[in-house]
Amino acid sequence: MSDIKKIKDEYLDKLQGDLNLEKVNKIKTELFGKNGAISNSFKKLGSIQSEDRKKFASDLNFIKDELQEKINNKLQEIETKEINSKLKNEKVDVTLPERDIDQGKIHPVSQVIDEISSIFSEIGFSVEEGPDVENEHYNFTALNTPDNHPARDMHDTFYLDNNKELLLRTHTSPVQVRTMLKGKPPFKIIAPGRTYRSDSDQTHSPMFHQVEGLHIDKDINMGHLKGCLNYFIKEFFEVDKIQMRFRPSHFPFTEPSAEVDIGYELKDGKIVIGEGDKWLEILGCGMVHPNVLKNVNVNPDKYQGYAFGIGIDRLGMLKYGINDLRAFFETDYRWLRHFGFDPLDVPSNYRGLSR
Amino acid sequence: MKFTIGWLKEHLDTKHKDNKIVEKLTDVGLEVESFENVSSELDSFKVAKIINAEQHPNADRLRVCDVDIGEKNTIKVVCGAPNAKKNLLTVYAGPGSVIPKNKMKLTVSKIRGITSYGMLCSESELNLSNDSEGITELKQAKYSDQVGKNFFKNNSEKVIDLSITPNRPDCLGVRGVARDLVAAGVGKLKNISNKNIKKEGYQNIKVSIIKDKNQGCTIFGSCLIKGVTNKESPKWLKDKIESIGQKPISAIVDITNYVMFDLNRPLHAYDADKIDKEIIVRNSKKGETFEALDNKEYKLYDNMCVISDKSGVLGLGGIIGGTRSGTEFNSKNILLEAAYFIPRSIRKTSKLLNLDTDAKFRFERGIDPKSIEEGLTRAAYLITEICGGKISKFDVQKTEKDKKNKIKFKLSLFEKIAGFKIKDKDIVKILIYLGFEISKKKQELQLTIPTWRPDITQPIDIVEEIVRIKGYNNIKTLEPEKIRIKDTLNKKQKLFHFLQRSVASKGYYETVTWSFTDSKINKLFKEDRDEVKIVNPISSDLDVLRNSILPNLIFYVKKNLDRGFKDISLFEIGPIFKGKQPGQQLTVIGAIKSGKVSRLSWNEKDRLVDVFDAKKDVIQTLNEAGYDKNDFFIGDKSPPYYHPGKSGSIYLDKDDIDPVAYFGEIHPNIVKKLDINTEALVNFEIYLDHLKDNKIMLKDRKSNFEYSDYQKSERDFAFIVNKNIKAQDLIEIIKSIDKNLIKSVKVFDVYEGENIPSDKKSIALNVTIQSSVKTLNDNDLEKINSLIISTVENKSGAKIRS
Repeated sequence: MSDIKKIKDEYLDKLQGDLNLEKVNKIKTELFGKNGAISNSFKKLGSIQSEDRKKFASDLNFIKDELQEKINNKLQEIETKEINSKLKNEKVDVTLPERDIDQGKIHPVSQVIDEISSIFSEIGFSVEEGPDVENEHYNFTALNTPDNHPARDMHDTFYLDNNKELLLRTHTSPVQVRTMLKGKPPFKIIAPGRTYRSDSDQTHSPMFHQVEGLHIDKDINMGHLKGCLNYFIKEFFEVDKIQMRFRPSHFPFTEPSAEVDIGYELKDGKIVIGEGDKWLEILGCGMVHPNVLKNVNVNPDKYQGYAFGIGIDRLGMLKYGINDLRAFFETDYRWLRHFGFDPLDVPSNYRGLSR
Repeated sequence: MKFTIGWLKEHLDTKHKDNKIVEKLTDVGLEVESFENVSSELDSFKVAKIINAEQHPNADRLRVCDVDIGEKNTIKVVCGAPNAKKNLLTVYAGPGSVIPKNKMKLTVSKIRGITSYGMLCSESELNLSNDSEGITELKQAKYSDQVGKNFFKNNSEKVIDLSITPNRPDCLGVRGVARDLVAAGVGKLKNISNKNIKKEGYQNIKVSIIKDKNQGCTIFGSCLIKGVTNKESPKWLKDKIESIGQKPISAIVDITNYVMFDLNRPLHAYDADKIDKEIIVRNSKKGETFEALDNKEYKLYDNMCVISDKSGVLGLGGIIGGTRSGTEFNSKNILLEAAYFIPRSIRKTSKLLNLDTDAKFRFERGIDPKSIEEGLTRAAYLITEICGGKISKFDVQKTEKDKKNKIKFKLSLFEKIAGFKIKDKDIVKILIYLGFEISKKKQELQLTIPTWRPDITQPIDIVEEIVRIKGYNNIKTLEPEKIRIKDTLNKKQKLFHFLQRSVASKGYYETVTWSFTDSKINKLFKEDRDEVKIVNPISSDLDVLRNSILPNLIFYVKKNLDRGFKDISLFEIGPIFKGKQPGQQLTVIGAIKSGKVSRLSWNEKDRLVDVFDAKKDVIQTLNEAGYDKNDFFIGDKSPPYYHPGKSGSIYLDKDDIDPVAYFGEIHPNIVKKLDINTEALVNFEIYLDHLKDNKIMLKDRKSNFEYSDYQKSERDFAFIVNKNIKAQDLIEIIKSIDKNLIKSVKVFDVYEGENIPSDKKSIALNVTIQSSVKTLNDNDLEKINSLIISTVENKSGAKIRS
């Protein structure tokens, strides 16, 4: 008994202090090797009186476990120390640049279209689309703009044939016509898309974007129109208050028609929407002309409603402080990087339009 | 449409301030473009300060002055005045100014070798006094804060410039504008004091309107004024004409113009002595010619409405007169015409001849057919007042009876459309002011439409009249309901938005380029699609609709490369055109990448972008959009603008007919032809219309979660195969051996070269084998191993590499 106690004390003592791996392994062999102290003690087990054997075995096992644990701890300690000392030499300069990240961008026009869709989605509009190439019927005639109408001169139209039958749509209004022809009222749609007019200067480009809105039901009046646009403008510019002015105007496809101005002021050369006493024209709208409804087989005595058309690019310019319309379409890498949006910035109803 | 406030007040009796009037104009739908003083010649005379005056190097009596005229930089002026000295306040006239005294026009000129921009003026030159000794000296106290301001006060009247919508021809005359203002409560309409004119004798030039098919003229009124003396207009008339930016010509012409601007009643004055016998209003015959007052000769087509005499065409009715019968200063006898021409006819003729005149603009929109006598009376009166002469009785030829246009208007329609109420009597009042004749029957008005309002044809037009006069600010703002009946986006639109952001998230900048392009570049990418020419392109290098998404992308990549960018990733999602009919278009993503990956990286080796970069991005994009890449089939055929050996196509499924995407390096010939200066150029395209709807919704896409806990094994194989054998085929062969056991196949090496015959290559594959029912023992594994080897060897002619 005292033998193994002695072994225990001796080796616990040996395992104190700063030991290297070699020394610990040597101790391990001395204890648990073929002729190690503990191994030998176990061999004695058979020669011990049976009444003492049980106790001896129990003590021996206890001591064995204690020493083993001690050795294992020691080994781990050494390992940790070794790793730590190794890590000391592994320091890198973390201020060196990270690996290249491919950071893409969404064009402002696309972002604004998504913002617009998100806002109108909230008040029950769905998105419709139509072809970029139109025939003169859908672009003009069905919209109450017959061939001899001077209003046609207001649109500088790109034609695709000499008979002026086929053209690039000058507005998104033909989508109204197509939507109503293929469905039944009520209609509550927006139609964003590319539009074309042969005009080019700082504020006009031969291609631009419009969003058309149409709401037809049994009792939709000008109050609904005003309410809808008021809601949209407020949401779009993310301001609490806006000033909006309806001015009578003329479009062949609406009657009464209006142009809408919003109030703004200039602060440090930047346009601030919602305050100030200056007016900025941003859209055209009106009550859909009964002739248009007749043209698409909707009974104007039963159904009525409003339509509007907004310049998407212009909205984007105002909201994000972009000065030159033409730059939208010039694919200057620097411009795209500057005005583009992170693809993760998806405008949505629950998350809001922007961060 | 321009007029002065004073002119307006000849028709409008009002106490309202000018600003109020201007505001009201916009409120009723007559948009005010500007409200400004007429610019005057004297505006170019500015208060100026001499900042510095030095001796002219080449002339004893001249000085070179630096003059502050209120702009950013001072101006150099050479001056001979002895009093031109530092700090003097004086009057500066810029180049282009006309000196009041001698009417001399200033130009930039060199005076003894020094350039002088304008001049400093003496009082005498400005007609202020006779003092010509030196330049004007202005008092410090009064002028020191006026530098840069106009020296002469502009006393001209303010001019209103209106933008009149095409439906309102009546407001192309000052009186029509006044009428709208009166309806809106801005004063009273003045009566025009039409002096009783004395008419003597008959208009003895016979007028006939021929009953041609689609005759463009329905009324032709005229009178003769004999014994006139045409002359320069008196000052009041000249001022009027000039105030609206027109040029006075002669009294007779100015009077006809004045009446046109005042009442929107176009008139034409002929020299009666130049008319050959009679006036015949008829359709033209093809090939007829005449010289118009714009001094151009016009060759006419069939069936244009012309005013002619026995010798031929005198003028195009309602559009332009001819030189043969024009009035001149020596004209003695005048035939004055006031007619009605049908808008459609006017528009057709002017379009065909590409001829735009003020008269055309008005007739095209619709002139009051009842204004003929009023116009003749007013013009004839003014002509005899100014030029003398005697007026004949009026002759009015008509092909149609006068008719009054009437409509019934239910009073309830107003609130139904406008959404707010106004009193019936207010409705009636507004309509009366606007010129309607009204009889009321219960809740309905029987309205006779004023003859000057061709735009009003149905009840809805009446609603508009009332709302606009009452004021759009009365319309309520009704909060929109937040109810959604239909999904905002359909599946295709959702896919569009998803792909757009998916591509962007892979490092591409989205761009939006024209739907049209340069036919020369388009040709390289159009394949067999029909070229769609634009008849009237904005410029000759944007002359066709794009048949492919690539021409513009490549064009702009080149532009950015030329800006000094090297590693560019751009994409566009938008339409391309297969033909010129509506709907013959496809929605396509094009994504292009140039240059290198890891350029100038401290820890990565740089490399050129290649076909596998494009492939990675396109596969990943499709995969993210919900298409399983394990089902994809990669074809090696692609459009000819790709590198024939380094490009491919992607089919969602092996059996699909149309590929959904292409990827690859751009054909080196095209890179060269377009002179694109880059090390490498790759691209992918996705055809959204070929992407099948994902019928399985996200919620159904998650199948039961199953996995195997049994041990998996990996085995590597290297096969030597013919070069034309594709990795995709080998993988497919191996996978199909036992779909339950073979979990994945990865290519980890491809080798050609030493130790391999030149027509062969070595492909090394790593195969993961795992059973879902048991742990495979060596025997099982050995079996599947040899099955893999034998199957691959049999099916592909490969040899296992030992």
